[in-house]
Amino acid sequence: MYNTDSKEKEYSIQTKDVHLHYGDFHALKGINIAMRKNQVTAFIGPSGCGKSTFLRCFNRMNDLIDNVRIEGDIFIDDVDIYKTNIQVDDLRKHVGMVFQKPNPFPKSIFENVAYGLRVNGTSDKNFVQERVERSLRQAALWDEVKDKLKKSAFELSGGQQQRLCIARALAIEPSVVLMDEPASALDPISTAKIEELIYELKKDYTIVIVTHNMQQAGRVSDSTAFFYLGELVEFAKTKTLFTSPRDQRTQNYITGRFG
Amino acid sequence: MNQLEKELLRIKEKVNEMWDLVTFQVNGGKAALVHADKELARKIIKRGKKVNDYDVKIDRMCENLFALFNPVAVDLRWVLAVLKINANLERIGDTAEGIARLVKEVDTAFDAELLQITQVLEMYDAAEAMLTDVRTALAEENTELAKALIKRDKVLDKINAKADKALVSYMQAHPENIAQALKVSNIIRKLERIGDQITNIAEEVVFYVDAKVVKHRQKGKRDKNKD
Repeated sequence: MYNTDSKEKEYSIQTKDVHLHYGDFHALKGINIAMRKNQVTAFIGPSGCGKSTFLRCFNRMNDLIDNVRIEGDIFIDDVDIYKTNIQVDDLRKHVGMVFQKPNPFPKSIFENVAYGLRVNGTSDKNFVQERVERSLRQAALWDEVKDKLKKSAFELSGGQQQRLCIARALAIEPSVVLMDEPASALDPISTAKIEELIYELKKDYTIVIVTHNMQQAGRVSDSTAFFYLGELVEFAKTKTLFTSPRDQRTQNYITGRFG
Repeated sequence: MNQLEKELLRIKEKVNEMWDLVTFQVNGGKAALVHADKELARKIIKRGKKVNDYDVKIDRMCENLFALFNPVAVDLRWVLAVLKINANLERIGDTAEGIARLVKEVDTAFDAELLQITQVLEMYDAAEAMLTDVRTALAEENTELAKALIKRDKVLDKINAKADKALVSYMQAHPENIAQALKVSNIIRKLERIGDQITNIAEEVVFYVDAKVVKHRQKGKRDKNKD
């Protein structure tokens, strides 16, 4: 269903006039954006600007919130994820997510990564083992955990737990990985590891990251989108946005002169 | 005003103080030349050390700002521009100091005819006005003025280009005053250099305000015309 094969395909995520209301509150106001395949796009903006809400639209995490109303089109690899009759489970196989705080399951390191495969009915032991190892390697965690795969995931440090969550997201081979402030709860060394990882992962995945850390947006992303009061104010190459932003509101925000 | 703005303001104040010193060196140079004022020439030379101290201080302040405040956008462009403006101001100061050293060496006042036919005083006036205007362009973020300055540098280039011929005629007519003529020749070359350095500053003003790189553009055009 998802068109991920075509090498010519330029964009992985495209949205057209997306509006989102929480009851009477108009949280997203007509967002149009096209995010390139195998690139990292950062969403920045003050708290409450709608960036996380918009990110959560990409795997339909807002669906269960009371009184939420979403209009417009969101295409992920050419599939309109709100209009096409697709199962949310299938969508989430295609779009992985990593949250602000590491949230490993109360299981072993191995089982955390294998979880998605097992839920999807994969029982081939060798296949699961191979995929777990590959995902842990991709998440730059393999060398640190290969001798203690049966130990509880809670024995790992915060930074390792976050990389475990990334490995868990990668195990089901998504095309898109969403990251909602993935390093904000980590120390600088763990943060640097996550950032290095993001750099590596974009070879294989399209990554969207919400961050409050503008230096982090500058370091890891190819493009940056600035949101303010539910609007997408500016979307540009990261180096352009951080050196010569077009909109005064972007300039005020990134230079710390807001409000 | 946030902390970053306070730091930027501190650097701006230092740049202004340095600018005052360099302006004194350039403007004083003309008076010293006209009146063969050795005392003034000495003061100009002495001021060079202070200018150098400001150069180091401003560089260090910019370095700290990069490390501690991670400036972006207009702030980043401003600090990058200031680093280059600082370097150019220091060189203008050095050049003015060089002129003062030449003036200090003469025992009698420069021959008025020599100053007149070489247009060295007009050159001085043009350089002084340019230095004042480029400072205004930076303070007022006036890129029109900055762009006009880049063109105005041609006045100095033209006088410099004509000077050799005037000097040769003068030396032929006044072989007893060749030493002074050579000094004036040297001063003219230095003033032409000051014009280039002011142009560099004007280009940085355009970069800071409009985020556009205009340096080397004139040269590119000239090369194209030659082809």
